[in-house]
Amino acid sequence: MREKLLRWESVLLLLCIFVFVWGSASTPGFAETDNISFLLLDYTEVALLALALLPIILTGEIDLSVASILGFCSALTGVLWDAGMSFESIVPIVLVAGAVLGSLNATLIVRFALPALAVTIGTLGLYRGLAYVVLGDGAVTGFPDVYRPIATEEIPGTFLPYATLVVLLLGVLVAVVVHYTPVGRSLYAIGLGEQTARFSGIRVQRIKFVLYIVSGILCAIASLVYTLRYNSARADNANGMELIAVAAVLLGGVSIFGGRGTVVGVASALLLMAGLRNVLFLNDVTNEIQNVINGLLLIISVLVPVVANLVRRRRTPAAAAIPGSPPPQETLPDPVGATAAPHGTPEEDQR
Amino acid sequence: MAAPEHTGVPLLELRDVTKSFQAVRALRGVSLALRAGEVHALAGENGAGKSTVVRIIGGEHQPDSGEVLLDGEPVRFSSPREAQQRGVAVIHQEPIQFPDLSVAENVFMGRQPLRPGRRIDRRAMHRRASEVFEQLGVPIDPARQTRGLSIADQQIIEIAKALVADARIIVMDEPTAALSAVEAERLFRVARGLAERGAALLFISHRLDEMYALCDRVTVLRDGSFVVTERMDDIDNDTLVRRMVGRSVEQLFPKRDTEVGDEVLVVDGLTRAGVYRDISFSVRRGEIVGLAGLVGSGRSEVVRAVFGVDDRDSGTVTVNGKPLPKSKPRTAIEQGIALVPEDRREQGLVLELSIERNASLARLKQVSPGGLTRQSRERELARTWGERLSLKFGSLSDPAATLSGGNQQKVVLGKWLATEPSVLIVDEPTRGIDIGAKVEVHALLSDLAAEGMAVLLISSELPEVLGMADRVLVMHEGRITAELSRDEATEESVMYAATGNGSAA
Repeated sequence: MREKLLRWESVLLLLCIFVFVWGSASTPGFAETDNISFLLLDYTEVALLALALLPIILTGEIDLSVASILGFCSALTGVLWDAGMSFESIVPIVLVAGAVLGSLNATLIVRFALPALAVTIGTLGLYRGLAYVVLGDGAVTGFPDVYRPIATEEIPGTFLPYATLVVLLLGVLVAVVVHYTPVGRSLYAIGLGEQTARFSGIRVQRIKFVLYIVSGILCAIASLVYTLRYNSARADNANGMELIAVAAVLLGGVSIFGGRGTVVGVASALLLMAGLRNVLFLNDVTNEIQNVINGLLLIISVLVPVVANLVRRRRTPAAAAIPGSPPPQETLPDPVGATAAPHGTPEEDQR
Repeated sequence: MAAPEHTGVPLLELRDVTKSFQAVRALRGVSLALRAGEVHALAGENGAGKSTVVRIIGGEHQPDSGEVLLDGEPVRFSSPREAQQRGVAVIHQEPIQFPDLSVAENVFMGRQPLRPGRRIDRRAMHRRASEVFEQLGVPIDPARQTRGLSIADQQIIEIAKALVADARIIVMDEPTAALSAVEAERLFRVARGLAERGAALLFISHRLDEMYALCDRVTVLRDGSFVVTERMDDIDNDTLVRRMVGRSVEQLFPKRDTEVGDEVLVVDGLTRAGVYRDISFSVRRGEIVGLAGLVGSGRSEVVRAVFGVDDRDSGTVTVNGKPLPKSKPRTAIEQGIALVPEDRREQGLVLELSIERNASLARLKQVSPGGLTRQSRERELARTWGERLSLKFGSLSDPAATLSGGNQQKVVLGKWLATEPSVLIVDEPTRGIDIGAKVEVHALLSDLAAEGMAVLLISSELPEVLGMADRVLVMHEGRITAELSRDEATEESVMYAATGNGSAA
């Protein structure tokens, strides 16, 4: 299983290299340090939301309210700043606000056992609405010059923006937790077999609850970066960004049904999408076309493993019947819950 | 060595069939003849090739060489659909149905009776479904929703489907694995009825007593090869087992006498409204306590509550003198309880995770010194227990799904033994695994008890309970109706209590 995943990640990395080589060759200005920094900065918030989503999706759940939490936190930042509060005291309040919104999601999903998709579509609207309630239509600007460089400047002497460094550090942290800790092992177990996880003493509910709170906090961090980067707190900040983040996670080889995927894959997907967006932007390709391309990428990423599995099944019927051997996302959900092919798992006589 | 042909051309025959999957030869020269009016048993350990035979008959696989004959004519089923059209029906252990449709709609799925204008004739459908159920002697309301029917009833629906499709060759792949004795008996009646009406039945089961009760002839496979076809009357139990495993199984239940020590697990007054009530018992060091009862009597629910994956309304659980809080499986593990659950695939294993990751799942802390999980430790743990349980595997990084049922169960056992429990609860530990593995599991339980572990064994197989347990508790409809010593426990006394005739313990 691992080899297959790595193979998908290699494909992503190759695509990344292709985009960057192609960009440097075809587009003047692409390979310049300033542009690379801009390209990285441009995806900071998406990357943070993707980091929030990855562990949640690994457990087979989803959080579509991430961009709305970002929006609300941004609006809150604006209101508090407008009210004359110091930025140093706003930061913890905003982080707590993110955690609170996340725990509201968690309460509905975990305590009341409601479907995450429905709940977070609901809170997607709710939190965005609350953002408007808090701040209205206007924008608050004039954030302190002391902090703004964090979201806009590079580390002196390098192309690496401070904000990207923050993303990298958080990314490494998530990677360590996901791949090298008991909690990480538990995420995969929950995604692939929640009942077994429970029977193994894994505190499934607690883990899920915490994931949504962490998600809220990461969204709050993303909101601070966003607000400082544009020097503008608005209720509609990052509107629709949840879809880009979900796309990056899925393109990264994470199964929407849980249990499969790696941080490296998601990181590659983010880099690929950021590079592509930048190349297209420099070539004056409109946003609409970029959305089309992102959408196609996402569909391809979901389609490729399925097609690959079909081809394999044609060739060797027995091998392809072994669950778990194909790459991510080959296990399509069964809407009826009872129509799966009768030759499911080789429980016995698999020789 | 096949039994002499005396009833004309078999309905379906496999002749010298060979089938390989890549390098693995699943079947080598297997021959099998199904005659009209007979119930034919297919016996063999897991991995002997039974499923491959079923899949070839059912059209899922095609043989590499050899032939399949239908009414004496060579045929080649290129798909399950084609096999169905030619009169073959395969009834799986856990039938696949549309839970939201009515029983009749499921029975007639794909072949609904039509009125002019291609509209479904519901009345005819229900009438004919009723007729079929009457013919089968099973009262199922065709109009009811399929959801909520027992597995036994779902199998009857599959059989009804086969009848509606005019199937003449009916393959039953381990149909009784999830049935109670009563339900199995009903299924046998139906099966005999089908045979009397001229169908040929192929019956697969791990329970030899069922083969003797139901079947006329038996074909034994071992390691993908044909061993023998015999009339059931001509082959005794021991010979049959020997043919299947290729060696003599001296003792299916190698129970050792052990020194029984202090009470380790004490359950007092455990109650959950509507499920079980006032359950009190204890298990001592070195003791194997059997928990018998019909499926649905509440046995699994009780142990799940003891372990904490299910809630309980009242009552206390004490382990080694320490009270166990309710609904805290992790605490239960820490205090020394292990539960090998009933459903290996949904509760015991994460099938798509590797063997080593499954093995460490209940013990993640121990393979993560300093909070970081080490794959080397994980592998070490899996290897240690794999060796101790003689696990057969390709690589420890293979998904657990690639293992046979018996080896999967060993992984589950290893995973729990790795937690170093003082109480081991095993729920149907040998369900659906082959005889060889069964013996190994029994020997392991016996050894563990001898080493001082307290073992609580739940099993629907009476011989297993009687053969392994020092003491037998019997449950009926959520209550313990008898507590029998090893000497008192007989098939009769346990069944008597299991059907609600015992005195309260």
